[in-house]
Amino acid sequence: MKKLATFLALAALGVATPAFAQLKLTITQGVTDPIPIAVVPFARAVPADGGIDVAAIVQRDLESSGRFKGMPRTDMLSKPTTSADIDVAGFKQQRNDYVAVGRLSAGGNGDITIDVELVNVLTGQRVLGQKWTVNAGNLRNGAHRVADAIYEKITGVRGAFATRIAYVSVDGRPPAQRYQLIVADADGEGPRMILQSDRPIMSPAWSADGDWLAYVSFERRVSAVYVQQVRSGQRRMVSARAGINGSPSWSPDGKKLALTLSGTNGNLDVYLLDLGTQALTRLTDDPSIDTEAVFTPDGTGLYFTSDRSGNPQIYKLTLGSSERPRRVSFTGAYNARPRISPDGKKLAVLTLDDGAYRIAIQDVASGALGVLSKGRQDESPSFAPNGDMVILAGRERGQGVLQTISIDGQTSLRLNADAGEVREPVWGPFLP
Amino acid sequence: MKYLVSTVFVLATAALLAGCPSKPEEQPAPPPQSTADTSGVDNSGVTTDSTESQGPSGELLSKRIVYFDLDRADIRADSQSVVAAHAAYLSKNPGQKVRLEGHADERGSREYNIGLGERRSQSVRRALLLQGVAEVQLATVSYGEERPAAQGSDEQAYAANRRVEIVYLK
Repeated sequence: MKKLATFLALAALGVATPAFAQLKLTITQGVTDPIPIAVVPFARAVPADGGIDVAAIVQRDLESSGRFKGMPRTDMLSKPTTSADIDVAGFKQQRNDYVAVGRLSAGGNGDITIDVELVNVLTGQRVLGQKWTVNAGNLRNGAHRVADAIYEKITGVRGAFATRIAYVSVDGRPPAQRYQLIVADADGEGPRMILQSDRPIMSPAWSADGDWLAYVSFERRVSAVYVQQVRSGQRRMVSARAGINGSPSWSPDGKKLALTLSGTNGNLDVYLLDLGTQALTRLTDDPSIDTEAVFTPDGTGLYFTSDRSGNPQIYKLTLGSSERPRRVSFTGAYNARPRISPDGKKLAVLTLDDGAYRIAIQDVASGALGVLSKGRQDESPSFAPNGDMVILAGRERGQGVLQTISIDGQTSLRLNADAGEVREPVWGPFLP
Repeated sequence: MKYLVSTVFVLATAALLAGCPSKPEEQPAPPPQSTADTSGVDNSGVTTDSTESQGPSGELLSKRIVYFDLDRADIRADSQSVVAAHAAYLSKNPGQKVRLEGHADERGSREYNIGLGERRSQSVRRALLLQGVAEVQLATVSYGEERPAAQGSDEQAYAANRRVEIVYLK
């Protein structure tokens, strides 16, 4: 149908006062023995750096992982900016394991180079020396990349600070509510509105390259699935069939979307839509509710929710196979909304745990399920691209808030909105 | 920084208005009074907009919300008379269209709740079809838990939100 491929140009309204919620990050739980690190204020590039305190962003990122404790600046007896000037014995005496120092320098074309060194003060060795050149307008992202590198050097796990999240923000009281789709840095900073509507927006999903979001919008009173390029705002309605159009999930190659469609008779099944040819393939055919499909990282199959057994459970189907989908969740009476870790080894699911809806991690190989979150009404889990953390939505005093929890359960932090509620967080991929 | 804003309701409104039926010319005889308890049905919280009409009035016909039990999509005994009244009215007014909006309470996953809301709207749709309403008169939509009638995380709010709203269209 040609109508379904209608391109809708979006109005750019120019500079406006941000009228949407700003997220505030709070560390709610960290490891009992965090690694002490001194992130010394970097030498600035005035005025090119626009007053952005790169070292402070790096320190906050590292602390937000729950695995690091940053040395307060007021305790620093010296503020070196090169490794050669570090008083190794002094920082060691003040119980630091690592010292990070750095310098900003402005290039001629609006670029800023961040030059960073990391010293292990226990061994006295310089363990990292790296430069990043970013556009001055992107300095915050550069700071997150520095934190990523330091995190990886020390923990062995790639950092996910220089990534983005998308979420839905809602304000007002029903039935007069305003819905916004927001993209922000992983620390909640730099929120940018992608879409606003006075009808529900739900189920945002990142493409694997981080350029596009798919989502469901009820702006036409009935549901339709859209894909929208984050950078340009250009978007396209890709499914507005009779009945439900829901639960989009991108194939890893970005060429297809898994969708839930119901038709006029209301039977929800999972379909595959080829975005290039518009060809639609039915993947499940069962009178129960089949929905919430998500591709495996290798693109050969999908996990989805089905209540064909009488209550919602997780199933897996293999593309191109005639075999019936295989049930994979067996713990408890309610398992839904599966999301797969980047390495394909863990599933995050919404599970009913002793009367509360919580996020659990299921080991794919063994099937063992461990409850991760502690709320009463947690939902919408999404893995960080490094597989180390899960972002999810919970409720606090009746308001939706976002939370990230490390998959070992040791660290967690909360992202509160200053107004309204936030829900359905999805963690974007690593950016090139 | 640019903020991209899209509220393209004009298009949607035009699409819905296209081919809209004329208003019914005569009011049907009011259905017989039922002694059944209709506490499971009311019309509080029903909103109308440019594509919706007030619809018929009457003891039962003015009730536009059908409530459901937890995890159920079958029409409760206390709502049967209301659904029957709408079925009778719609049968006699084949040009009148309604949208059946299914909803779920806030517990559980959002897309699965879209499915539960759809099940409820389909349940009302089937009942209306069985009682003589034509398919072309009925559209369904499920909002899942996205458009609650009542806020709050208690049994009272949950019960108010598990519902199908019968929306008369222009």
